[in-house]
Amino acid sequence: MSIEVKFFASMRDLIGDDCEIGSETLKEHSISTVDDIWDHCARGKTRAENVLIAVNMDYVDGKTLVKEGDEVAFFPPVTGG
Amino acid sequence: MTIIIDSEAFDPWKVLDDYQQNMSQLEGQYGATAVFVGTMRDFNEGDNVSEMFLEHYPGMTERHLENICQLATGEYQLLESLVVHRVGAIKPNDPIVLVAVWTTHRKQAFEACREIMEDLKSKAPFWKKEQLKDGQDRWVKKNTKGY
Repeated sequence: MSIEVKFFASMRDLIGDDCEIGSETLKEHSISTVDDIWDHCARGKTRAENVLIAVNMDYVDGKTLVKEGDEVAFFPPVTGG
Repeated sequence: MTIIIDSEAFDPWKVLDDYQQNMSQLEGQYGATAVFVGTMRDFNEGDNVSEMFLEHYPGMTERHLENICQLATGEYQLLESLVVHRVGAIKPNDPIVLVAVWTTHRKQAFEACREIMEDLKSKAPFWKKEQLKDGQDRWVKKNTKGY
């Protein structure tokens, strides 16, 4: 099992394509929250305050705990309609 | 309640007509229908826009639009609701979004249509990328206030 990480719109331009974080990496880097996921994927890039986060398609904040099998997404403010 | 994410251009008035034709179970019950259609402009923030690409988060977008309509259904006693939203490449004057609600009285219809539209703009995961006439492109950073 792993965690699937998705980036949409300008976040994909900033960070890169979607990726998966496997079990061993999760343990090796002590990844337990959304903030940890960002730190692992963003490689030092700052996350703007208005970046939105979803875990399993529900809005959450950075302190939210993650587990194997989760889908985590980072994206900018929405601009539909 | 129906949610449609459409990657092809659509005619909102034809969609609306077809949808209402299939609402025979509600004949005689609704006294008000409120409709909002959002259309792409060829200008934004002082620049001429030639094309736009609308990205969405498949699955999450549909889920949140359903949640928005379910909340409105409870709050305004909607008899029926319909949301259609474009994704993909869009040209100026193409319809982007259709919101339609059917209620017993007009107050509920006006308010519900407005609320669904405002919630969609602040919660549903869509993102616009504009292609400007001078060749540059840019992500739209936030929706304009609009009212």
